[in-house]
Amino acid sequence: MKLVVMHLTGNYAVAWAVKLSRVKVVSAYPITPQTTIVEKISEFIESGMMDAKIVRVESEHSALATVFGAASSGVRAFTATSSHGLMYMYEMVWWSAGARVPIVMAIVTRTIGAPWNIWSDHSDFMSQRDTGWLMIFAEHNQEVLDSVIQLFRITEDPRVYLPGMIALDAFILSHTTEPVDVPDQSLVDSFLPSRRQPYTFKSGDPITMGNLPSNPRDNMKMRWDVHESLVAAKKVIMEVDREWGELTGRSYGGLIECYRCSDAKYFIIGVGAWVGDMREAVDMLRSEGYEVGLIKLRFVRPFPAEELAEVVRGGKGAIVFDRSVSAGSAGPLYLDTVAHLGALNVGVPVKNVIAGIAGVDVTYNDIAGVVRSFIEEIESKGVVSNYVEWYFG
Amino acid sequence: MIVGGISIRELPRKKYLLPGNSSCPGCPEALGLRYLGMALGDRVILVVPAGCSTVIEGLAPNYSMRFPIVNVPFASADAVASGVATAKEVLGEDAVVVVWAGDGATADIGFATLSGAAERGDNIIHICVDNEAYMNTGIQRSSLTPYGAWTTTTWTGKKERKKDVPLIMLMHKVPYVATASVGYPMDFIEKLRRAASIKGFKYIHLHAPCPTGWRFDPSLTVEVAKLAVETGMWILFEAINGKVKISPSSLPYRDRSRRKPIRDYIKIQGRFRALTDKELRKLESMVDDVWDTLIKFT
Repeated sequence: MKLVVMHLTGNYAVAWAVKLSRVKVVSAYPITPQTTIVEKISEFIESGMMDAKIVRVESEHSALATVFGAASSGVRAFTATSSHGLMYMYEMVWWSAGARVPIVMAIVTRTIGAPWNIWSDHSDFMSQRDTGWLMIFAEHNQEVLDSVIQLFRITEDPRVYLPGMIALDAFILSHTTEPVDVPDQSLVDSFLPSRRQPYTFKSGDPITMGNLPSNPRDNMKMRWDVHESLVAAKKVIMEVDREWGELTGRSYGGLIECYRCSDAKYFIIGVGAWVGDMREAVDMLRSEGYEVGLIKLRFVRPFPAEELAEVVRGGKGAIVFDRSVSAGSAGPLYLDTVAHLGALNVGVPVKNVIAGIAGVDVTYNDIAGVVRSFIEEIESKGVVSNYVEWYFG
Repeated sequence: MIVGGISIRELPRKKYLLPGNSSCPGCPEALGLRYLGMALGDRVILVVPAGCSTVIEGLAPNYSMRFPIVNVPFASADAVASGVATAKEVLGEDAVVVVWAGDGATADIGFATLSGAAERGDNIIHICVDNEAYMNTGIQRSSLTPYGAWTTTTWTGKKERKKDVPLIMLMHKVPYVATASVGYPMDFIEKLRRAASIKGFKYIHLHAPCPTGWRFDPSLTVEVAKLAVETGMWILFEAINGKVKISPSSLPYRDRSRRKPIRDYIKIQGRFRALTDKELRKLESMVDDVWDTLIKFT
């Protein structure tokens, strides 16, 4: 296989993936740090490198509305946003999932105001977890490109037929250049079939979507089916990741990826770009003799509950790093983790660390320090005293 | 009957709004939807934001229409329609993408979206079915409720004037802007067909007297609609590429002396029952003002 390595920011990696996926309609409204995705796509289209239409709308609500209209009418469609833009399109996020329209959206994760702040945390992305979209995090720019292409395939699989969003951390990925292998168009074409969707609006065909149900139970079943399809998507995610691995040599474990887990007693659990720092922290702690491994969650929806439980079971503790918080409770990743581990009878102490909110920098030294204290507390006392810890660095 | 070159005999007999639908008796939207079917038939893809038409469609799995309908959130209609039209252009499929929106989804919550699609020149027809209040939620005032009208959020009559959306759309310099009325079906059908023949953004504002919200007898919908035109309260016009032409049915009322008294229009509606003589004079002067402004563009 021929490697074509380009130097791409995370945002340009998204743009290249969208081009390779032969998207036909793109619509977006500018917001930092998403903007350069759509700038690049505009350049592709206007220079004739990409055969697609771009609709330059007046708001994010309209961006997802336009993409919803195009996708429900028979073409592959894409949008991207961040933070307040995602908040503004929230209504359409739900509508697109309820309507079962495959769409892919990139979220360059950025904190939410007040106050104004453009730096990364996961508040925007994680606030979407009840909507019914597939939700995937990327750790680096190669994974960004690969995951966008995979996501088109997964969302358009008849076993799934739901929209999907991919998170890439503001600036840490979006504006940082890394070497990225950009696959051949022919490779992507062989991987990604032409557009499939559950129904298509066209003239002369009097179908409707979204009118009032005569029986709320039918409506409840629609919602149940969204949930069931997300659970069923796990199998599709594994298949797609395996096939992509065969084609490119790059596989990400599907739902989760484990790093130095096989003999680990303690597990770090995280998502997004700082997983790279967590790898460094694991190496550092291992060299000090700590039996620690890392579980990177790629997908947060569907939530890989059984997959996580299987790794953690038999361990002595887990520590979940959240870059967002459900204020008044705990970090969302932690809440999902403890709920499912508890229900699946994985009885290990689990600690939550809330860090990196509003773009506060967190280094692998910070992560190693927090994990070291956690392990020492368990080893000496057997319990976690402060199970939701805010770490300010 | 032949109006503007269209014979009623030539109109399709196929019903696009089926009998037994859940519209109120005397519903103007039901009239308008029938005329839309007669004018454009199978070419239509309808985009419907929240409103009375959402209910008129009927309860799933039943369905009262023979149009494909994309139901969409309130403030999204024109943007969804832009997406549909763009997809159809990419796919090379014929379609007339029509937004069927009330006064809220046009002039208020959906206004930015409407303006955006117009400015971009997206290839859609936006029809504002103007029943002059939020009827579906129970007759609350909108920016298109006329001065003096009772609603459930203006118990002593609305204190502000009606927003002039057709002129605002004219100022977007779109290729086609027209007003219509459910009391003048052939005029509306002709305008719909003209709009469908033009590429780009088209706006038609359909006046739709609502017996439930305006408090008049459901048998009088067409009569009230006609009185609105005959008193000059509603002006039928058409503007192709910005050039305004008063439509034949409104042309006589350019001359103020030929208009019926506005009192005739308001006295058959319960919503104006608290209007004082002073307020009536203010309403009359507002109507004159709308005419004066419009005539400047002819």
